Amino acid sequence: MEAQATRASAPSSVEELAEELRAADDAGQTVRIRGAATKLAWAPDADPAVEISTTGLDGVLEHNPGDLTAVLSAGVPLARAQEVFAEEDQMLALDPPGAEATIGGVVAAADSGPLRARYGGVRDLVIGVRVALADGTMAKSGGQVIKNVAGYDLAKLFAGSFGTLGAITEVSVRLHPLAPRTTTALGHADDPALLARGARALSHARLEQLGLDVRWAAGRGSVLSRSGGATAQAQAEAAQRLLDEAGLDTEVRDDDAGLWEAQRERQRSPGGLVARVSALQTDMPELLRTAERHGATLVGRHALGLFWLRLDDGSPGELVSELRGRHVTAVLDHPEGLEIERDAGLEPGVELLMRRVKQRFDPKDTLV
Amino acid sequence: MDGGEVAAGAGAAWGDGPPPDTTAEAEREPVDLGPLVDELRAAIGADRVITHAHQLRTYESDGLLQYAVTPGAVVLPGSTEDVVATVAACHRAGVPFVARGAGSGLSGGALPVADGVLISLSQMRSIIEVDLDNQRVIAEPGVTNIEISKAVGPEHFYPPDPSSQIVCSIGGNVAENSGGAHCFKYGFTTNYVTGLELVLPDGELVQIGGKELDPPGLDLLGAFVGSEGTLGIATKIWLRIVPKPESVRTLVAFFGSTIEAGEVVSEIVSAGMVPGAIEMMDNLSIRAAEGATGAGYPEDAGAALVVELDGSEAECEARFEEVVSICENAGATSIRVAQDETERELIWRTRKAAFAAMGRIAPNYYVQDSVIPRTRLGPVLARIDELAREYDLQVANVFHAGDGNLHPLVCYDGSVEGQPERAEELAGLIVKTCVDVGGSITGEHGVGVDKKRYMPDQFTDADLGTFQRLRCAFDPDGRANPGKVMPTPRLCGEVPGPYRRHPLEQAGVAERF
Repeated sequence: MEAQATRASAPSSVEELAEELRAADDAGQTVRIRGAATKLAWAPDADPAVEISTTGLDGVLEHNPGDLTAVLSAGVPLARAQEVFAEEDQMLALDPPGAEATIGGVVAAADSGPLRARYGGVRDLVIGVRVALADGTMAKSGGQVIKNVAGYDLAKLFAGSFGTLGAITEVSVRLHPLAPRTTTALGHADDPALLARGARALSHARLEQLGLDVRWAAGRGSVLSRSGGATAQAQAEAAQRLLDEAGLDTEVRDDDAGLWEAQRERQRSPGGLVARVSALQTDMPELLRTAERHGATLVGRHALGLFWLRLDDGSPGELVSELRGRHVTAVLDHPEGLEIERDAGLEPGVELLMRRVKQRFDPKDTLV
Repeated sequence: MDGGEVAAGAGAAWGDGPPPDTTAEAEREPVDLGPLVDELRAAIGADRVITHAHQLRTYESDGLLQYAVTPGAVVLPGSTEDVVATVAACHRAGVPFVARGAGSGLSGGALPVADGVLISLSQMRSIIEVDLDNQRVIAEPGVTNIEISKAVGPEHFYPPDPSSQIVCSIGGNVAENSGGAHCFKYGFTTNYVTGLELVLPDGELVQIGGKELDPPGLDLLGAFVGSEGTLGIATKIWLRIVPKPESVRTLVAFFGSTIEAGEVVSEIVSAGMVPGAIEMMDNLSIRAAEGATGAGYPEDAGAALVVELDGSEAECEARFEEVVSICENAGATSIRVAQDETERELIWRTRKAAFAAMGRIAPNYYVQDSVIPRTRLGPVLARIDELAREYDLQVANVFHAGDGNLHPLVCYDGSVEGQPERAEELAGLIVKTCVDVGGSITGEHGVGVDKKRYMPDQFTDADLGTFQRLRCAFDPDGRANPGKVMPTPRLCGEVPGPYRRHPLEQAGVAERF
C-alpha cells in the first residue's frame, strides 16, 4: 500500500469511535487503533489512513472493592487506575513496563511484568470486554463477575490481538489485594547451570511467592523471589534457604521495589532490541548462554518459561535468527532499519484458522 | 465443573419436561446415516461404531437427565486418527456431530442430535507425558480430572477441581471451562491449558500452542476453552500444573443466617485474604447433607461457611487465626477446625454431598448455576426467598461464596401436576434476578441446551452476533454440536474479500489472522 497522510482522531465516546470506524470501513480506508502509543514501535510501517486513539475514553467506570472488580474505559492509563485501586489496598495485578500505557493498549498487546508469575497475565485477569468492530458493531463478551462461562470468551481472543479484530473500548478486570509488605530473597551465580538450579528449586517450591524472576547480565545472574503478607520476612527466609541449598550466594532485601522496577525496565530497549521468548524452564541455561554470547541481558519469569532478551547494541539480526531457530520469539522494540525475518513458523493450518477469524471480524481488512 | 456437582440420581429428572430444542444452526435435509455408518466402520473398525437402538440409548442424556435424544450413531474413537476420520466423514456427508466426554455435564452440552453422530472420547484416556521439570502434562481428552492430579503428585497438583472430578473428563473440562471449589484463588481450566490438538469441524487437524505459553498470533486457546464443543474436538491437551501449597487449613463455621455468613465472607475478603475456597450452605442444604454424611452439623443452623486457606505455612497459620476471630466476632454459633486430613475430608465430603443429598428433601430438583457480584448476596437471597414463597416451592442454596457462584436447587415433585413447570419458571426468574444485578446465567455448568433460552437476558443481539462470528470462523456449516449455546439458530454468510498481511505479522511480532 502507498504511504498516505494519516488522519488522527481521539473520540470522546464509544459511539463516536464506532461511527468513525464504520465510516472508514465503508470508505475502504485502513484504521489503526492506538492507546498512548507506547508500543507503536512493535508495529512498524502500518501507514494507516486513519488512526483512532482511545485516549479520549478515560473513565474509571467502576471500582467495586467488595467484589474485587473494576470496569475501565480503554484509554485509562494503567498507572492512574492503580492509584484508584490502591486507595482500597487493591491492585490490578498487571505491571508491564511503561507508566503511560493505557489499559486498552496493555490488553491489546497482552503485555505483562513480574506479577504474571503469581497472578497470571492479561488473559487471566480480564473478565470482560466491550469492543467496536470495523463495521461499527458494538458488542461485549464476558461481564463483571469473576466466574462466568456464558458465551464465547472473546476477551481472551481480543487480548493480544493488537487491535486487529476490533477496538477494545472497555475492559472489566479482576483485582487482588495489595500485599501489606514485601521482602525479596536473592540468589546470585555466574554459572548458568547453577542459576537454573536455584530458579528450579523455587519454581517447584511449595511456597507462595509474589514474584519469581531471573536476570542475567555480563556474566552474572540472579534469582529473585518476592514474598508478601503478614509473614513476608519468614517466607523470604524460607526461599533464601532453598537458594542456599542449591549453592547460590544469597541475601534478603526488605527495600525491594527498585529490584523489581529494574526487572520491568529490562523488558524494553529505547534504542536497541528486545526479543520475547516463549520457552520452558529447562531451556533457561541455554538462553542464558545465548544472551551471554551476544552481549545481551536477560530477564524473565522462570516458572512460566517467558524471557526477554535485550540487546542495546551489537548485531540484533543474528540474535533474533538464533532464537527463532529454537523458540517462539516475538521481536518487540528494535533498532530502526533492522530487517526482521518475517516467517516465524506458524503451522499453516493454524495460520489459516487465524485468517478465518480475522475475516469474520474484519472482512474488509480495515484494521491494521 | 463439566458438571461441577454430580447430579443426584434421585434428583435430576423432570417428569416429562419440555421437549428439547435441537434445531441445528442450519436447516438440514434428513440424512440417511447408513452410508456414513458403513464408511466409518470401514475406516475405524466396526467395533467402534454403535447403531443398536438399546446401546444408543446409553448416550441419550448427559448429567442433565431432563433432556434425552437418541443419536443416529455413536462412535468410540481410540485415537486422534479415528476422530479425524470420523469428523471428516461427517463433513463430507453433511452430518452433524456432538462430542461427549464422561457425560457428567449439567447443561445438556453433550445432548446428542437425532440425525447426527455422537463421538464419545471416553476410550482416549492415556496420559501421554508427565514433564515435572517443566510442570506440564499432556493428556488425551478421556482422562479424568482426578487422574491428572494423581499423575503429578505428591509435589504438584492440577488446581481445577469440579465436584465431579472423579468421573469428569479433561476434554469435557476444556469444553466447559470447568472450575470447582478452589477456583476463586486458582482459576479455571482456561488458566491451565497451554496447548490443544484440535480436530476442526471440517476434519482438519491443527495444534494450537504446546508446552510453551503465549503461542504466536491470536489467542485461539482462550477462544476454544469453554466453547462447549461448538468449535471442534480437542484430541490432545497440554496442561500446566503447580506445586502443592505447603499448608492447608480448613474450618466450618455455623451462623444464624446466610446474611451473617455473607458478611463474614466480605470481612475475610476486605482483610486482603484470598482463601483457597469459601463455600456456603443454607439450612436446607445443611440438613440434606447432614442426612447423607452424618458429620454432626447443627440442623438448626441458618448457614454453614467452609473456609479453606492454603499457602506457605507461616502465612497460612497467621491468617487462619484471623479467620477464626472474624467468625467469632460475627457471632458464629460454633466453629469446627479440621485437625487432620480426615476431618478436612469430612468437611468437603459433606459440602459436596449437598446436591446428591437433596433427594432427601424433595423427589426432584433443578440446579441453577448463576453468578452474582458477591456483595449483592443479601438482596439476591431475599429475592429468591420471596420467589420461593410465591411459587410455593423450596429452594436450597449452595454457594461458591468467594466468586459469587450460586447454585440454587429448586425442589419439586415431578409426580404432582404442574410442579415441574412451576419449578422451571421459578428457576428462570432466579436466573433473571442474578443477571439483573450484573451477574451471569452460568458460572461453571455451561449454557448447553439448558440455559440458551436465558442468553438474551445477558447478551444483546449484537453480542450474540459477535459470538457467531467466531463460531463461523471455525464451523461455517454449523455442524459441531448444533443447537447449543446460541438461543436461536443462525447461519454463517460467506466472507469474501482479499487477505492482506498485517504489518505486525510481517514484522513477526504478531503472526495472526
